[in-house]
Amino acid sequence: MSEETVPAPVEEGTQTVNRAVEHRTGMFGVRGSGDTSGYGGIQRSIEMPAASQPPFGGWYDEVHSALVEAAAGSSIENALESVVVDRGEITFHIRREDLPGLARLLRDDEKLRFEVCSSVSGVHYPEDTGRELHAVYHLLSITHNRRIRLEVTAPDADPHIPSVVPTYPTADWHERETWDMFGIIFDDHPALTRILMPDDWPGHPQRKDYPLGGIPVEYKGATTPPPDQRRSYN
Amino acid sequence: MPNTDPYAQSSETSQGRVFTVTGQDWDSLVSGIADEGDDRVVVNMGPQHPSTHGVLRLILELEGETVTEARAGIGYLHTGIEKNMEYRSWTQGVTFCTRMDYLSPFYNEMTYCLGVERLLGIEDQVPEKAQVMRVMLMELNRISSHLVAIATGGMEIGALTVMTIGFREREEILKIFEIITGLRMNHAFIRPGGVAQDLPAGSLDDVRRVVALFKKRLPEYSALCNANPIFKARLEGVGHLDLAGCLALGITGPVLRSTGYPWDLRKDQPYSGYEDYDFDVITWDTADSYGRFRIRLDEMWESLRIIEQCVARLEGLEGAPVMIDDKKIGWPSQLSIGSDGMGNSPEHIKHIMGESMEALIHHFKLVTEGFKVPAGQVYVPIESPRGELGAHIVSEGGTRPFRVHFRDPSFTNLQATSIMSEGGQVADVIVAIASIDPVMGGVDR
Repeated sequence: MSEETVPAPVEEGTQTVNRAVEHRTGMFGVRGSGDTSGYGGIQRSIEMPAASQPPFGGWYDEVHSALVEAAAGSSIENALESVVVDRGEITFHIRREDLPGLARLLRDDEKLRFEVCSSVSGVHYPEDTGRELHAVYHLLSITHNRRIRLEVTAPDADPHIPSVVPTYPTADWHERETWDMFGIIFDDHPALTRILMPDDWPGHPQRKDYPLGGIPVEYKGATTPPPDQRRSYN
Repeated sequence: MPNTDPYAQSSETSQGRVFTVTGQDWDSLVSGIADEGDDRVVVNMGPQHPSTHGVLRLILELEGETVTEARAGIGYLHTGIEKNMEYRSWTQGVTFCTRMDYLSPFYNEMTYCLGVERLLGIEDQVPEKAQVMRVMLMELNRISSHLVAIATGGMEIGALTVMTIGFREREEILKIFEIITGLRMNHAFIRPGGVAQDLPAGSLDDVRRVVALFKKRLPEYSALCNANPIFKARLEGVGHLDLAGCLALGITGPVLRSTGYPWDLRKDQPYSGYEDYDFDVITWDTADSYGRFRIRLDEMWESLRIIEQCVARLEGLEGAPVMIDDKKIGWPSQLSIGSDGMGNSPEHIKHIMGESMEALIHHFKLVTEGFKVPAGQVYVPIESPRGELGAHIVSEGGTRPFRVHFRDPSFTNLQATSIMSEGGQVADVIVAIASIDPVMGGVDR
């Protein structure tokens, strides 16, 4: 990966951990028609769960300290951006250029031993400016019977994330799916081609700016618009 | 032979001649290859082929009878279920995801509902009866799914009796599903907070009858196949994949357990109270297709054990609630079949239409708008008949999922096609894939 595709390293204390991912107005989240509730002026920011500080409790601290220890002194020392412990699950936010090195550590270190990458999934947060595209890796340690989640982000303008296929061959199809659905380019993937959509398909369907599609349905004189154009409450 | 296939003109390929064979015309292929003086053939098998276990396209490079390279092409059953779920309420999502892996609908619903329940923080409030019903339905579903795996796997190698008896038994289970949920497939029965309906009167007797029937019928499979020399000759040593290969490729389920490693999420990371049931994790040590067949056969016996324990517990839970008590999440109505044969809830209708305006508003809000789920993300995997099935669910605090991604075991396990098939005979590709038991609805979603 070349220098210019890598974002500047995040400095201590400047992390945008409690980031707003959605902005809501009005009472019922009505879209497409006016809010007649009288509370149309309400403004709210939706935030994802905030970052946690050690101690995290239970085996989370063992994994965290083993990870910090194993990465100390190497080029991926500052890989960890933040840690979120929420609803009994732990998420490590990782600097994207350090992902392959960190994945190798997670798999091979005796105290970590995350042998299986269960899944890679993409999420598109259009409101998370500069970090719109997220790739989420679910790792499983069969040895220790633990699960962790890694989250890596990339801006829409530069949708590159290094591939973890050299460490986890199972990520091959998962990364292809994430490319297919979100347009995230996994650098150094052995054959990053579309997998679910046809080869010549334009666009990446799971992105939020890609419409659901559909046609209005007429029944006994009344017309129902397609699902993404109906009056909705969200 | 003149090429009449508009999609594969010989001018479009970079090398070699293109043959389109549709049956009864193999001589042209044989003589054509003889002319070329080259034994190397690339075969496009599927996506419509009776032996590829669904709409799976296999691209096989053959050197005579030997497969030198095997690649799987998928996506022919992609229906955008994950995208569609972003436009429906949390409860409606169940109706979509149940259609993914169509042989194990309850598992799709279950992993999704467990995720939504964890997001809502109501995991401990789901009533006991709902949890027991979920486990019973899932284990019945495991049997019906394994029966199809064995039946279609048998059909693909020419053992048609295995198929007919497999589907005969599966039908008995689907009848139970119809009695309890109203549908044979695509039930949308497990909902966030519990299950949609209480057990209908007398349904436990039907479950007991089926368990007794299966105890008589399952030995037929062992008697027919276990020591059958033809069956063993086709399956033993075929589709070999060792533990290291399974971990690298993320393979779970019977394929992983056929290497002798007893990894089963029901035991190792229990959910829905699986820790309260007495059952064994079945393993085999041959790491081949025969081992996977035997594991599926034995797992059906374990499922029967769990079902019997569920029935015993459900007997003591008559009249207990099956939906969460939280009025903001659980649907208020309990449908019953009226004299016109239609499902209705007279008590509830009387309440909202005649007694309480607030109840009517609440009903309307819950049904049209749905409940809100606090922002966050979860991943709650379960042990489906094919391995680890999980849903990565992201909420942004709305009444609809922001993103749902299903980690389907068939999708991941199908990656083992190449390593299981390359270097073997072309006929063994079919056996290897049947031993993975991919369901294309789950692979493509």
